[in-house]
Amino acid sequence: MTRHLMTLAVLIGLVVLVVLGAEFAEVRLLSRIATNLCIMLVLVLGLQVFMGNSGILSFAHVGFMGIGAYTSAMLTIPVQMKGMALPDLYPVFAGLQMSPYITILIAGLVAALVAAIVSYPLMRLSDAAAVITSFALLVVLHTVMLHWSEVTNGPRTLFGIPRVTNLYLAAGAAALAIAAALAFKESRLGILLRTTRDDEVAAGALGAHVPNLRWIAFILSALFAGIGGALWGHFITSFSPKAFYLKETFVILGMLVIGGPGTVTGAVFGVLIVTIVFEGLRAIEGLVNQAQLFSEQVVGVTEITLALAMIAVLIFRPGGLVATREVGDLILRRMKLREKK
Amino acid sequence: MVGFLQFVIDVLSLGGAYALMALGLVIVYGILRLVNFAYGELIMVAGYSLYLLNGSALPWLVMAAVAVLMSMFMGIATDYVAFRPVRAKSVTAVLITSFAFSTLLQNAALLFISPRPRNIPLPDLFTTTIEIAGVVTPVRNLLTIATAVISLALFAWLMRRTVIGIAMRAAATHFTMARMLGVPANLIISSAFAISGLLAGIVALFWLGRIGSVVPGIGLEPLLVAFIATVIGGMRSLQGAVLGGFLLAFIDTGLNYTLPQDLLKFRDAFTFSLVILILLWRPEGLLKGPASGQRT
Repeated sequence: MTRHLMTLAVLIGLVVLVVLGAEFAEVRLLSRIATNLCIMLVLVLGLQVFMGNSGILSFAHVGFMGIGAYTSAMLTIPVQMKGMALPDLYPVFAGLQMSPYITILIAGLVAALVAAIVSYPLMRLSDAAAVITSFALLVVLHTVMLHWSEVTNGPRTLFGIPRVTNLYLAAGAAALAIAAALAFKESRLGILLRTTRDDEVAAGALGAHVPNLRWIAFILSALFAGIGGALWGHFITSFSPKAFYLKETFVILGMLVIGGPGTVTGAVFGVLIVTIVFEGLRAIEGLVNQAQLFSEQVVGVTEITLALAMIAVLIFRPGGLVATREVGDLILRRMKLREKK
Repeated sequence: MVGFLQFVIDVLSLGGAYALMALGLVIVYGILRLVNFAYGELIMVAGYSLYLLNGSALPWLVMAAVAVLMSMFMGIATDYVAFRPVRAKSVTAVLITSFAFSTLLQNAALLFISPRPRNIPLPDLFTTTIEIAGVVTPVRNLLTIATAVISLALFAWLMRRTVIGIAMRAAATHFTMARMLGVPANLIISSAFAISGLLAGIVALFWLGRIGSVVPGIGLEPLLVAFIATVIGGMRSLQGAVLGGFLLAFIDTGLNYTLPQDLLKFRDAFTFSLVILILLWRPEGLLKGPASGQRT
């Protein structure tokens, strides 16, 4: 128990450090980066809950993020702006305007509900078939978002979403996400799910209901994604369906894979490291573009770096930077060793 | 009658391209049980090779041959970068590395060439149309059908009559057993990737011929098409991939002819829902492949 509490304390301490650092620096850009980092934490931890414990790669995660973002947006855009932002909206919702704090939760629940319905039959599949279906699911969700203009304004940018997500809200959500991901991991369900990850046949023979276990984790993961998406929507305030497709999937997957999908610590470290490197590269890219060293804009350096880093991590450290032990465990171990001396 | 002939030509030319694409994906999947997410980028590579050769004085056929070779080369490179180092570790790892490699290639094109579409050289033959029995159709469509037939016949001969083809089929049936009988694993896998790249390169000529230009994201649609076709036809069966390609072309063209405009934009959602349903109902696809053995 102590080690779990220790892990929780260290990881939440990291989030607090990020918040304090951003606040003290009093640079607006830093505060934005920190907020974004906290939202990414929620999203990546959501993916970790499913992928880390079940061992199945899911491409659909970002689709549920999109569902969350659009749900919350539809419910919170001010009534007087709805005619412009969502001209085709169903009349039932046209007069509706709710508090964003409530709709962020609703967004999570809607995403979880959709996940519960569509994923129930999919959880029987493993390996490549599971991955292809999740990829197909992402394409289906994306196509629906792209063309359901009543709710999403079609492929055009949706704007007018109230800006509610600040650093404290995002950090609070991130801290809760860390606690929930840890709690799930160490719960009976989480442990059972990991036995199915390590040996599906043996776990099934011992009585673990593999599809049900995966299903529960998938719903929980979609809940995180929905909430994360809503937070992101209320942070960015205008977005289009393009934001919830392969590029975003790649970044979230990259953070998790580099950090280590098997542990909550890995997910948190992955987000921190990738964000720092990304922002650094983005700054350089910006400088190069500003100086106009090349005739065309320099784009894609961040993605190339992330792709190379992912491949390198998978070759040399397949489990990610923190593969099996949570940080609390590591610290306590070291302390014990020191006492023995 | 004229409408029917039009429909048949449309289905056959689209289906020929789809079948070749699906075949390129399945030949790797059959042996390794792994999906190559970077498959669509092979088409992108062929396209950019054509673009880069645009200014040269070479005849178009030579340019096309170089483009196909580049695509083959990139197929083999995929094996070396994304598959070989992590092949033995886990399914998930390889899927992620191939996804990462795909993003890497796309962004390299963004960075080194341009995010904007680039025109590729096309022979005049591609833009002319002819009339057969009252149907006006681009010559390109007939060329696609002819190329597909020739490639499929060559491919069938390769897989049935040559040593390497038989070895590949043996590896697809039972990889470990094939290795024990002296089939060199790495060579077989690399040749599968080379053939995959060859097919992608050939398709690229016709696929890009329709559009006339190439952008970094060009590979996504062919990849999705190949996915659907292989899942419908059978992930592990080569005949299944061809069948799936033609079937998908039939469904797509049929929907294009019949669906109202409002629903047509959801076509991808329909076809991908079909993929999910087929995987649930018949995880092996319509045609079963050879008896499955262990990977690696």
